[in-house]
Amino acid sequence: MEFFHDVNIDWLGKKWYFLGFSLIFSIAGLLSMFFWHGLPLGVDFKGGTLIYLKFEQTPQVDRIRQAADRAGLHDIKTQSFGHAVDHEVIVSLPQRDTKEASLDTGRATIVQTLQQNYSANGAANAGKLDLDNATRESLAAFLTQTDPLHLNNQAVEEVRYRQIATTILNYRDQDKGGLIDNLAELNGKVDPAVVAALQQGAYLSGFTVRNVEIVGPQVGAALRLQALEATLYSLAGMLVYLWFRFELIYGVAAVVAVFHDTLITLGAFSLTNREITLTVIAAILTLIGYSMNDTIVVFDRIRENLRLMRRVPLSEVVNRSINQTLSRTVLTSGLTFLTVLSLFLFGGEVLNGFSFALVIGILIGTYSSIAVAAPMLVAYQDWRAKRGKVASLPTGKRAKA
Amino acid sequence: MRKNLTGKTILIVAVLLVFVLGIIGIPSGVTPAALKQAITNRIHLGLDLSGGTHLILQVMVEEAVGATSDSDLSRVLTDLQQAGATGATAIKPHPKTQPQLIRVTGVNPDKDNAVRSVLEDHYGTQYDISSGSDNSYTLTMKPSIVRDLEQRALQQSIETIRDRIDKLGVNEPVIEEYGPGHFQILVELPGIDDPGRVKDVIQSTARLEIHEVLGGPYPDEQSALQGNGGTLPPDGELMKSDDGSSSTGQYYLLRRAAIVAGSDFRDAQPSVDVNQRPDVTFILTRAGGDRFYQYTSANIGKSMAIVLDNTVREVATIQGAIRDQGQIAGGGINKDEAQNLSLMLRTGALPASIHFLEERTVGPSLGADSIRHGVEAAVAGLIAVLAFMLFYYHGAGINADLALILNLVILLGFMGYSQATLTLPGIAGVILTIGMGVDSNVLIFERIREELRAGKAPSAAVDQGFAHAWLTIVDTHVTTIVSAAILFLFGTGPVKGFAVTLTFGLLANLFTAVFVSRVIFEANLNRKQRGEPISIG
Repeated sequence: MEFFHDVNIDWLGKKWYFLGFSLIFSIAGLLSMFFWHGLPLGVDFKGGTLIYLKFEQTPQVDRIRQAADRAGLHDIKTQSFGHAVDHEVIVSLPQRDTKEASLDTGRATIVQTLQQNYSANGAANAGKLDLDNATRESLAAFLTQTDPLHLNNQAVEEVRYRQIATTILNYRDQDKGGLIDNLAELNGKVDPAVVAALQQGAYLSGFTVRNVEIVGPQVGAALRLQALEATLYSLAGMLVYLWFRFELIYGVAAVVAVFHDTLITLGAFSLTNREITLTVIAAILTLIGYSMNDTIVVFDRIRENLRLMRRVPLSEVVNRSINQTLSRTVLTSGLTFLTVLSLFLFGGEVLNGFSFALVIGILIGTYSSIAVAAPMLVAYQDWRAKRGKVASLPTGKRAKA
Repeated sequence: MRKNLTGKTILIVAVLLVFVLGIIGIPSGVTPAALKQAITNRIHLGLDLSGGTHLILQVMVEEAVGATSDSDLSRVLTDLQQAGATGATAIKPHPKTQPQLIRVTGVNPDKDNAVRSVLEDHYGTQYDISSGSDNSYTLTMKPSIVRDLEQRALQQSIETIRDRIDKLGVNEPVIEEYGPGHFQILVELPGIDDPGRVKDVIQSTARLEIHEVLGGPYPDEQSALQGNGGTLPPDGELMKSDDGSSSTGQYYLLRRAAIVAGSDFRDAQPSVDVNQRPDVTFILTRAGGDRFYQYTSANIGKSMAIVLDNTVREVATIQGAIRDQGQIAGGGINKDEAQNLSLMLRTGALPASIHFLEERTVGPSLGADSIRHGVEAAVAGLIAVLAFMLFYYHGAGINADLALILNLVILLGFMGYSQATLTLPGIAGVILTIGMGVDSNVLIFERIREELRAGKAPSAAVDQGFAHAWLTIVDTHVTTIVSAAILFLFGTGPVKGFAVTLTFGLLANLFTAVFVSRVIFEANLNRKQRGEPISIG
């Protein structure tokens, strides 16, 4: 089976369309970055506190706000995320509440006020253990104190109740995704006496803390610089490698194409108002590598063909090279796109930004090798010809030998 | 022409076995549960998958410099007295912003030479000494000494924090310098998703000192100043007291240089006082004990203050000479606090205080979800790619699929052997390897098809296909590894994990897509008649 057999598309003839397409998307992204959403930086880069909460029932954002308000946190932001059925909410606090001396007061305050104010009979639960937010230590300590199995032996109790706590929390975290619906569910998992003790002295607050990210302002600034440096160094590294393996103009064309991809991908984040986090930067660096791959495959073929077809005009050589590698380009991009798409669909909310960057990036990266990098080689040669310089494109170091 | 492939086949099988062993080690059985356990033992999960806390701490190293210049300052004062420079005094002009400076003023011109020579003799190796016009000297700690002190403060902080966390019983914590040159420490605590207590224990400097009391108590800072004629003596400092009972606290004027401090304490244990209230008993080292004995025997009737982390905990009148033992009560501490305090005193004081810069906590339920999502995405991607390759390339598709599976085995085996950490972005790296790894095969196969279309015989087409594709494959791999290496250098935890799997995956791909895939092709060609077509879709 074969998708592309003897294709003969005049890619370079369409270069004005390509230019228009690239300009529209770059400019749309830039406009959004400067005048609309800005560059939506995540907590990694701007500092602040993010608390990911998961609720048993559809979370009532108003009540979360009221609870926080009463505790003196007046400018929290809430945002639901993930699938609606998962009842997940991100609560974020601005940077100035993330003081470096007391980094996690915001988190403690939110969890405490929610325990007291969110669940229906908060007051009645005062002094009881919140099983939805209990740690292994706190649960084991609770059991050791109540001693429902009447072990009456400190050493035995500590070991035994620690095991029981582990069993209960494994059930909560691995089978139930962090929240237990009803304490009666534990019957059959642990001794009925333990369940009875929990029903007496513990309650279910109906929410759990999934993830907390607290980044102080210093780290945020340092990470911003680091991300920028990493991206620039990686571009520079590739420019040098291509210069060494091909010719400077190949390197420049490839780097321009990759820069174009990065710009459009960042623009897509701004347009859709998605937050740029550390993992998104990792995705962008991967996309730089990937797009570079794609460009090199086409360039390699151009270099090879320039040796074989000495009398054919450059634009024709470039066209043929793109067509010859088109089958590979489409297949590889398609397959990589498939894997990235499965990551986007099944990878869960933590990887959402990461896989979004790759989904966009692989489409744009494939497009740019054909529509940006290759036409640049031809444009460079035309420009040299106009200035009366040697008209032929340097064919690369190996080809000259 | 038939090629002898025995050696190559043995090599491939050996590689396969070695890396399978890398993934599962030697399992205790062949049941699914035993295999799962074996894999979990080998593959080291990052915090984002196992759940836990990640902290970045800043060590305020300038405090360590300040502590050293404090004790040098008190030596300078003694030396000035011994040199007979009665009117001269020494202070730290900017103790907060420039802790490395000591200024000597009021040197009587006829003692100038004596002062100069004693300063140069005693401090010349550590300080740059310059004289001012107004009979003053400025001692500036040499930059190399400052750097050394800062570096030592960092190392000592790392050791102390490690000791404290070990004693709390956290499994496999990571405590290491983070981002060289910034005096920051990375702390990773697997399985701790409520870091409150750990943070308290880490952060408390537990710097225990005993100071001479010069004056006080005063109800507030204003009256302390008034009580001393508007200014504080140059070698004194005001410190707040907190004895647990009064809510406001009082102020004492203490001599800045401590009688005994930090490393003079040898041991500390929780104990109870005469009223059965919890307190902490400390024991001094031999040298510290000697100094303490000298001081207490010479100053009977005077007051001294026990200072913990810049707070006066207790003021006591010296009743008689004390050699090496004492209690900190300060009232109002409970049993847990006494436990924590003695733990921190035992593990040693932090040489400087600690600020938290970053804290990330992943709850265990999220970690479990992330693993499930990651594995689902990987399996879905893998099946889609394997099926497509079979469908598009027929016989050669089997070849590519085998290479791809071997690629994954090698990648995971690498992870097992190297003890590298698998993070969620790391799983994404594995998935991306599936997609990008197949690229090499596609390049080769498309090239073989072209050669076949050009009328070459199957074996020649295979040779040419591999030869032409090889250079392209090298170029594409190098560029991707360049970006992965930069990620590794710049990234932190999860992102580093991604760079690791991506790099291992690409290296494994060079072997599987080029070498293994070729051996399979040649084995196929060996079985066929000369000129019989190969199955490549």
